[in-house]
Amino acid sequence: MAIKERLSGNEAVATAMRQINPDVMPAYPITPSTEIPQYFTSYVSNGQVDTVFIPVESEHSAMSACIGSEAAGARTITATSSCGLALMWEVLNVAASDRLPICLSLVCRALSGPININCDHSDAMGARNTGWIQIFAENNQEAYDNMVQAYRIAEHKDVMLPIMVCQDGFITSHAVENIELLEDDVVKNFVGEYEPDHYLLKDDESIAYGPYAVTNYVMEARRAQLEGLRNAKKVTLEVAKEFEAISGRSYGFFEEYRLEDADLAMVIIGSAAGTAKDAVDALRDHGIKAGILKIRLFRPFPSEEIAEALKNVKYLAIMDRCEDFNGSCGPLGAEVRTALYNKNLHPAVINYCYGLGGRDVTVESLTSVFRDLQKIQETGNNGEFYRYLSVRE
Amino acid sequence: MKDLVEIRWHGRGGQGAKTAALLLADVAFSTGLYVQGFPEYGPERMGAPITAYNRLSANKIRVHSNIYDPDYVVVVDETLLESVDVTKGLKEDGAIIINTSQRKESLIPLLNGYKGGVYTIDARKISITALGKYFPNSPMLAAIVKVSGVMDDETFLEEMRKSYAHKFASKPEVIEGNMMALSLALEEVR
Repeated sequence: MAIKERLSGNEAVATAMRQINPDVMPAYPITPSTEIPQYFTSYVSNGQVDTVFIPVESEHSAMSACIGSEAAGARTITATSSCGLALMWEVLNVAASDRLPICLSLVCRALSGPININCDHSDAMGARNTGWIQIFAENNQEAYDNMVQAYRIAEHKDVMLPIMVCQDGFITSHAVENIELLEDDVVKNFVGEYEPDHYLLKDDESIAYGPYAVTNYVMEARRAQLEGLRNAKKVTLEVAKEFEAISGRSYGFFEEYRLEDADLAMVIIGSAAGTAKDAVDALRDHGIKAGILKIRLFRPFPSEEIAEALKNVKYLAIMDRCEDFNGSCGPLGAEVRTALYNKNLHPAVINYCYGLGGRDVTVESLTSVFRDLQKIQETGNNGEFYRYLSVRE
Repeated sequence: MKDLVEIRWHGRGGQGAKTAALLLADVAFSTGLYVQGFPEYGPERMGAPITAYNRLSANKIRVHSNIYDPDYVVVVDETLLESVDVTKGLKEDGAIIINTSQRKESLIPLLNGYKGGVYTIDARKISITALGKYFPNSPMLAAIVKVSGVMDDETFLEEMRKSYAHKFASKPEVIEGNMMALSLALEEVR
């Protein structure tokens, strides 16, 4: 039986972490991190979990301690946000290349500067190519559900990679909304015990983590790591299917909202997708065939499936909640266009940078994006490919 | 109650407008509604103007933006009337509730010509009477529940008693004072 509750996204994720009861949590629990480690330390103090909490002096040390702990054979978790993730960058790569299925709860917030800790995806997108699995949530429910599924994906024998469970800073992390929780024992049974094949404390096997590799081995190591990441796709779907059986909620690589017959579509990640759905419903009421593709799994990027889902779309807007400074598009803009190109699909495409530093995203602002697509439809003129939404210029 | 009720709170950092919005979300949730309660974060300073929001609905809420055309506005600190356009976007068939000891006629000139309902409540007086200290949260919460009609008085008081019993588990002596503040506010908002 589902437990009806009202929780902030932070409380929701902390609750999932309590139910998972990981072995070790190294964290740097002050700003720019969130209330998640704070809630979790209270579970530790109250004896609700038997996790060893390691307070460290920086985020770099938090991820380094995660690597040591996970390599030793302990299920390990951490949580951070914004510049905290940036400070982990060097060791994020080590965690992935060592094939350590660490879980990191990320509350997506801006990177400095100007100094700002409101919502955008600069932190997550900055870490998108570190070899971690990345999974995003629209609301507190999805943040909770993704956290419950995370270890099952990361620890799968065919994957063995760290996973980043992302939600939008403040917009979902600090907002109280309705949620349905699973019982503690249901989550415990679903997640199961962590039983790695190889680990440092295994007494009948000697192994090394993170050694030097001579030129003769690096490419093979990378190639094997890529295989693990690719396998995360099928495992994500398998785990989602099992999760649906215990929760009644279905998940995939992405959610298609009124996309099937859509002429105009938007690809978007995170909390703004919910706002976009309201915009789509209003447009549909006026006979405009609008739809949404909301990304859940960003790494590995489900390129072929996204192209397939968008194959009938004629006018497409790709929404990036970060400025990637490549000069011509955002990260999602690049990925989705590549996906379309690979399938020889050529809709009219525009790419928006939006919602930086917590800039509010409204039904009206997202409706204006669909209006821009309509304008292209009417005039046949694509105009600027890369645009900024709700910006003063 | 309308299908969707949107509320904007204006207060100053440290006065508990955010907490009041979260409490309203809590109590509305307990009556079976879908809720959102969230603050708008700026620089966090004691005394700086802050805004918090509620959406309350019989249906699932998907939108994740701030609220620009609220049905109700709650002003926890009347000094904000001079510096913040508190009635901005406020619907004419809605209402504003102001914490003040003044008569409402003297505040109307500060409301930029707003033509909807104007309600006042002396949350300071109620709080001092009931709690011996100034905590405007509870009276303002009762006032918005009364004016918006999102639930009836009896349900509200019943649910709040449960909520306080949980919230103040370690200091049960303050429960009765807070309950009294709610009851007084339900009667005195006008």
